Amino acid sequence: MISVLLLFAPVIAALFVPFLANRLRGIHTGWFVLAVPVLLFIYYLGFLPQVKDGGVHIGELAWIPSYGITLTSYIDGLSLLFSLLITGIGSLVVLYSIFYLDKEKERLGNFYVYLLMFMTAMLGVVQSDNMIALYGFWELTSISSFLLIGYWYTRDKSRFGALKSMLITVFGGLMMLGGFVLLYIMGGTFSVRELVSMAPELAEHSLFTWALVLLLLGAFTKSAQFPFYIWLPDAMEAPTPVSAYLHSATMVKAGLYLVARFTPIFAASEIWVWLVTSIGVLTLFWGSFFAVKQTDLKGILAFSTVSQLGLIMSLLGAAAAAFHVDGAAETMFKYAGFAAIFHLVNHAAFKGSLFMIAGIVDHETGTRDIRKLGGLMALMPVTFTIALVGSLSMAGLPPFGGFLSKELFLTGMLSLGELDLFAPASWGTVLLVVAWIASVFTFIYSFYFVLRTFTGKHKPDLLPKSAHEAPAGMLVSPAVLGLIVVAIFFVPNFIGDWIVKPAVAAVQPFMYNSPADVDVHVAAWHGHVTPELMMTIGIVIAGLVLYWLLPKWQGLYRAFPEYLTLNKFYDSSMYFAESGMNRLSRSYMDGQIRSYLIYMFSGIVIIVLGSMIAKDAFQVSFEGTAPIGPAEVGLLLVLVASVVTTLVARKRLTAIIALGAAGYVVALLFVTFKAPDLALTQLVIETVSVALYLLAFYHLPKMSRHDEKRKFRVGNALIAAAVGLMMALLAMSSASQKALPSISQYYKDTVYSEAGGGNIVNVILVDYRGFDTLFEIAVLSIAAIGILGLIRLRLTRKGDSGEKQ
Amino acid sequence: MKNSDVIIQTTTKVVFFIIFLFAIHIFFAGHYTPGGGFVGGLLTASALVLLLLAFDIRTVKKALPFNYTVIIGIGLILALGTASASILFDVPFFTHAYDYFKLPLFGETSLHSAMLFDLGVYLVVVGATMNIILSIGSDD
Repeated sequence: MISVLLLFAPVIAALFVPFLANRLRGIHTGWFVLAVPVLLFIYYLGFLPQVKDGGVHIGELAWIPSYGITLTSYIDGLSLLFSLLITGIGSLVVLYSIFYLDKEKERLGNFYVYLLMFMTAMLGVVQSDNMIALYGFWELTSISSFLLIGYWYTRDKSRFGALKSMLITVFGGLMMLGGFVLLYIMGGTFSVRELVSMAPELAEHSLFTWALVLLLLGAFTKSAQFPFYIWLPDAMEAPTPVSAYLHSATMVKAGLYLVARFTPIFAASEIWVWLVTSIGVLTLFWGSFFAVKQTDLKGILAFSTVSQLGLIMSLLGAAAAAFHVDGAAETMFKYAGFAAIFHLVNHAAFKGSLFMIAGIVDHETGTRDIRKLGGLMALMPVTFTIALVGSLSMAGLPPFGGFLSKELFLTGMLSLGELDLFAPASWGTVLLVVAWIASVFTFIYSFYFVLRTFTGKHKPDLLPKSAHEAPAGMLVSPAVLGLIVVAIFFVPNFIGDWIVKPAVAAVQPFMYNSPADVDVHVAAWHGHVTPELMMTIGIVIAGLVLYWLLPKWQGLYRAFPEYLTLNKFYDSSMYFAESGMNRLSRSYMDGQIRSYLIYMFSGIVIIVLGSMIAKDAFQVSFEGTAPIGPAEVGLLLVLVASVVTTLVARKRLTAIIALGAAGYVVALLFVTFKAPDLALTQLVIETVSVALYLLAFYHLPKMSRHDEKRKFRVGNALIAAAVGLMMALLAMSSASQKALPSISQYYKDTVYSEAGGGNIVNVILVDYRGFDTLFEIAVLSIAAIGILGLIRLRLTRKGDSGEKQ
Repeated sequence: MKNSDVIIQTTTKVVFFIIFLFAIHIFFAGHYTPGGGFVGGLLTASALVLLLLAFDIRTVKKALPFNYTVIIGIGLILALGTASASILFDVPFFTHAYDYFKLPLFGETSLHSAMLFDLGVYLVVVGATMNIILSIGSDD
């Protein structure tokens, strides 16, 4: 339970941030905030020994017990790895932001509140065992990311980027919710670990594939996979600490977490394996290819992140493929899962440091445009060193962590080449080749990033500021991450044993019972030449040659037509959605009551006649009808004559009088049908209303008092005829089939004995059903006061009260 | 201005009371014979309209200085009060009570709380109708 409450520690701390930001202006608010992730990091480190041996920690707090929704803190290898990433890199990012954001010029209160909100959301995502709670935290990451991207909200581009990322990730989040609901329908529980335990039954279910696709949509949008990656480059408008934290190390990995967490459930499906792998490889290639096109430092890093996320995604797909291999733990299929997690850690470290480097360069030179930068090596030696470490790790060179994960990645891809399940065997080979080409491009953009920025000729006249080394405090965080990158190379098995293996055991429970079973030993040199090593050498050679020839072929990117890009597609689909919706609503909302009445009447006719036809409700019987006397026939003839006169009258006055005639005929009908109260009331009311019509007629403006005949419209006539026909059919059918006898006998029997009256109508009005009368007189009062208000209060313009002036 | 309408004005002075008495009759007779608060109210209003036709608005207002908006309020309160009085006697809302009493002048008479409710209806109808007609009539 403590661990559940600690999920909310950052948000609770956020409550005090505005106070600290406003009152203690002398001290940078970040120093107070720093304590939160650091303490949480230490707390989560405490779980390491327990989790290393395959243990799990479960904390539960009931939220909506009647629906089985709990807030859970489920700490196994996978969620512990993520929790450590979130709090660890969170601490470094907060430290970095203290030096990056100016305490006088920036609204620090907002920044740290959003950041702490994000931290809670992310911890909640990775530790929630309950899918509904997971979804709640998931959307909170979208919201806090939206707020952070739009942090400099006075810039158009920030708002555009924030909106774009919000639309895409929330779309995915909603799809994911759909997947969760389907899983609940299939399994009857919201708990992920219970669903894992019933995975074989779920795979048989007819909704299984739907749940799979919906869930993957959520994961792909969040993790910026093809074709949903387009929000990530635009999210680079956020402050750099945010880009480093959210858009490289943590939030974009939420989708990877989701795929890893649900792999035990969905690995049984071939669709899952091939979808995750193929989309991953496609994203890997696409991102690395387009990263070389970018001229903005953060743009390169954004595409690089997209590419690396694709890499991890494809490895997760390969890890799921291991489910289909007999004795996978003994073959090379065992490497994919390990490689995915291992590279995830690696990527978080080097990409976090590279973003911070990009931020430092921006901060110290005033620009991130790679065309203006160059020759900073001598001016910013420390920054250059860290950038070099990060870039070479990203390129996959020794002696950095990236080398090891690249080797493992190639092993994982080689294993796919051997896989001949479900698809033609050559498909795995295609993926391997594409992945290799993508690695070449990764090599190129890594060199492009670091060499174009730090080597070459210094161009001081192009820079807004004169470049110099960053303050020490700003360099601490990237330096720490750089050291980790190097450390991973030298002691990979230490990290492997403590962090990666427990996570792999959580992702692939179908292969391993405990982390100790994960039989992967990472080594920089295997003692003999492996195919992976040959491929790496090939990557280096091809990468160096292509980088050297870069000016020759970079023009290729300009040949790629702009209108075929996904951004263009997104923009135009947004534009068409908006203008199309506008056009759609304008096409029928034309502001004319006549049109709306036509919609309503035709709607009524269609619904009533349609349901009558569907239910076969037409029935006409004249059984039990009263005989028709000459008086009624005469009155009806007069009624029809006056109605026709009203319709065809050339002058309005004629129509009013004909209408009055119809009203009096109705009163006479009441007389013949023995309803004296109704007849009395109808007579008086008809007189009053005819007088009011005449009043309205008298006050018609002179200009429009045209006496011409109304135009005949076929559509109107058809709809009027249809409504009349419908009502006649409805009335006849309902009169012909009365289900129950009338209640009126009761009134007749009790009107004197119970109510002490003789006039049934009046007794019903004031006694049996006086409630109706009470509100009818209220209606009358409202009408009277309304007319009084309409006439007395003539508000011609706003603030212009009445006629008395 | 309407001083020349001698015949109308003189006739009105007589006919007004006939209509008014008929309206009162219709109102009281409502529980046993056709009529009731609604028609009674409308007829009363029409008697007042006759006055308005024969004389002008200012004269009628001087002779019958009622604020018809207040009358609407009184009618609504009376109707709602009658309906909710039943709560005091621990019976459901809108339960009416009636009994037979020997009144001085009228002899054996049935008194029914529904009559009070009907009186509310009557007052609202008179007030509303007169309000509408007066506000439209005095508008230029």
